[in-house]
Amino acid sequence: MKILVCISQAPDTTSKISFIDNDTRFNDDKVQFIVNPYDEWYALVRALEIKESLGGHVSAISVGGPALETVIRKVLAIGADDAIRIDAEPSDSFGVASAIAEYAKDKGYDLILTGKETIDYNGSEVGGMLAELLGLPFVSLASKLDLSEGKVVLETAAEGGLEIVTAPLPCVISAAKGMAEARIPNMRGIMAARTKPIEVAAGNAPALVQIKKFSLPAPKSSVKLIDPENVEQLVELLHNEAKVI
Amino acid sequence: MSVLIVAEIAKGAFRKSSLEAISYGSRIASKLEMNAIVLAIGTAADAQLALAGNYGAAKVIKVDHPNFQHPDSGAYTALIADVVASTQSSVVLFTHDNLGKAVAPRLSARLRAGLVSGATALPDLSEGFVVQKNVYSGKAMAAIAITTPVKIISLMPNSVSPVLSQGTAEVEAFSGSADGYKPQTSSRYEHTERDGEISLPEAELVVSAGRGLKGPENWGMIEELAGVLGAATACSRPVSDIGWRPHHEHVGQTGLAIRPNLYIAIGISGAIQHLAGVNGSKVIVVINKDPEAPFFKAADYGIVGDAFEIVPKLTAAIKKLKSAN
Ligand SMILES: Cc1cc2nc3c(=O)[nH]c(=O)nc-3n(C[C@H](O)[C@H](O)[C@H](O)COP(=O)(O)OP(=O)(O)OC[C@H]3O[C@@H](n4cnc5c(N)ncnc54)[C@H](O)[C@@H]3O)c2cc1C
Ligand SMILES: Nc1ncnc2c1ncn2[C@@H]1O[C@H](COP(=O)(O)O)[C@@H](O)[C@H]1O
Repeated sequence: MKILVCISQAPDTTSKISFIDNDTRFNDDKVQFIVNPYDEWYALVRALEIKESLGGHVSAISVGGPALETVIRKVLAIGADDAIRIDAEPSDSFGVASAIAEYAKDKGYDLILTGKETIDYNGSEVGGMLAELLGLPFVSLASKLDLSEGKVVLETAAEGGLEIVTAPLPCVISAAKGMAEARIPNMRGIMAARTKPIEVAAGNAPALVQIKKFSLPAPKSSVKLIDPENVEQLVELLHNEAKVI
Repeated sequence: MSVLIVAEIAKGAFRKSSLEAISYGSRIASKLEMNAIVLAIGTAADAQLALAGNYGAAKVIKVDHPNFQHPDSGAYTALIADVVASTQSSVVLFTHDNLGKAVAPRLSARLRAGLVSGATALPDLSEGFVVQKNVYSGKAMAAIAITTPVKIISLMPNSVSPVLSQGTAEVEAFSGSADGYKPQTSSRYEHTERDGEISLPEAELVVSAGRGLKGPENWGMIEELAGVLGAATACSRPVSDIGWRPHHEHVGQTGLAIRPNLYIAIGISGAIQHLAGVNGSKVIVVINKDPEAPFFKAADYGIVGDAFEIVPKLTAAIKKLKSAN
């Protein structure tokens, strides 16, 4: 099994979000970047589990500048065999998908995994675009992934239940919660990561959309506190003032 | 030229989120002086499909074929791409749910059509075509310009209220043959929800509880409150991680993101990762015994107190309201 896991970085979840350059760019000053949780906890760990049980090779791929090195080393420390950084500056999901597709098209991967979404752009777009560019089947938001007789068997949430989907290999799958349990890198992994290869490949990241401006939500007006002895007042407010019940 | 809305059918009728998308698409169509056309995939009576007219659509193209029984992204994309061509659509709308997430990006790559997923407002057409969406898990918004000839939007459920009109939509069958759109994947559905359970992603009212409840045996009062309200139940991540509640109830950055009209958070501290999944709610009520709990900063209404005392009182007060109305 040759598995490719798409890795992005995202601001640590507790980061303060602010913008610069007239609100057109994210202010990354003092922001710590982490591996996007879906990519690390679910896609990568499931890929490693499959490799451990069936044998194979797990590569991580990430599109972006040299600053990605930190998250790439983390992914290698958790257990990826090697990593590729496509040296391009994507400005949208199509750019990311195009760069990965161009690299992956003749490499013979059996399975390509992405996370459900990046926690900064929240697009849930790259996986589907990548599948289309490579002409492969795509199943999104899989919460379970197993291999059986050369096919992948997946579970995805559906209205009122589950969809159990069987897809042929090769294919692209986006990973949601449930697919695996997060792993913490151990000392041996961290040491090994230092010598694992990171290939830097040239690439292009054409864009279809442009972010014009960021804005922050209006601050919430302060909370209306209700006396715990007077719960009926809350119900009254929800009914007559907020009109939600 | 037209605006094409890809609508989903459940139990013989349009889903609520699809009606929102139909209305949203029709409003774009009228601004651009185009027709709004609905592509309805699934099984429903023509009379049901014609209801799209009440939401502003001029026409419904229906496709009811075994190839589309489950959402195979490849088959759907191929069909929708052909309908985009035959209807000369320049704007295509999806709902930002499982189907939209599987198909809209594929269509975007196939047509080289810019996509904004999870739109929360009508596009601004004053300078090009600019769509707003939430980013950084609800901590910020971005205005995104689509400049390609065909534009694709997936609409965040429950963010734009539908506008009703008097119109009727004519319903016609898909003119091509659907036989050629063979799915690459196969699928089987398993029903897991209990009867009468309200599905969390679409719920308008949600009662949610966290580690403050101490143990799974204490969820009876939460379910009772949800029951009298007609609300869905949700929980914080540690609660589903330890197995007190099923995983599909977990909301937040790594769980579901929901936008109900009312979110009642009981014994949840309000960590930023939790807020990321619920800060789109219209009204937030927080019940927590710690007045310093961060959730109060994100709340509209709050009660500082012990959940075990307050929740039963709240349930009783709501019962009283319901019986008075
Ligand atoms: C990368 C990452 C992603 C994460 N994603 C998510 C996510 O998606 N969703 C999520 O929920 N969390 C997520 N978390 C975890 C999050 O940071 C918090 O740890 C979690 O939300 C806390 O859950 P809680 O509020 O139920 O528990 P606690 O933080 O333990 O809070 C319990 C609350 O109950 C109150 N309380 C106790 N007893 C009572 C009582 N008798 N009556 C009333 N109130 C009472 C306490 O005052 C306290 O505020 C994530 C964390 C990380 C690092
Ligand atoms: N710059 C990137 N490099 C590699 N993979 C990425 C990148 N950005 C996003 N991805 C992958 O695509 C998934 C979905 O991202 P998005 O469409 O932005 O929500 C992520 O979970 C990653 O697996």
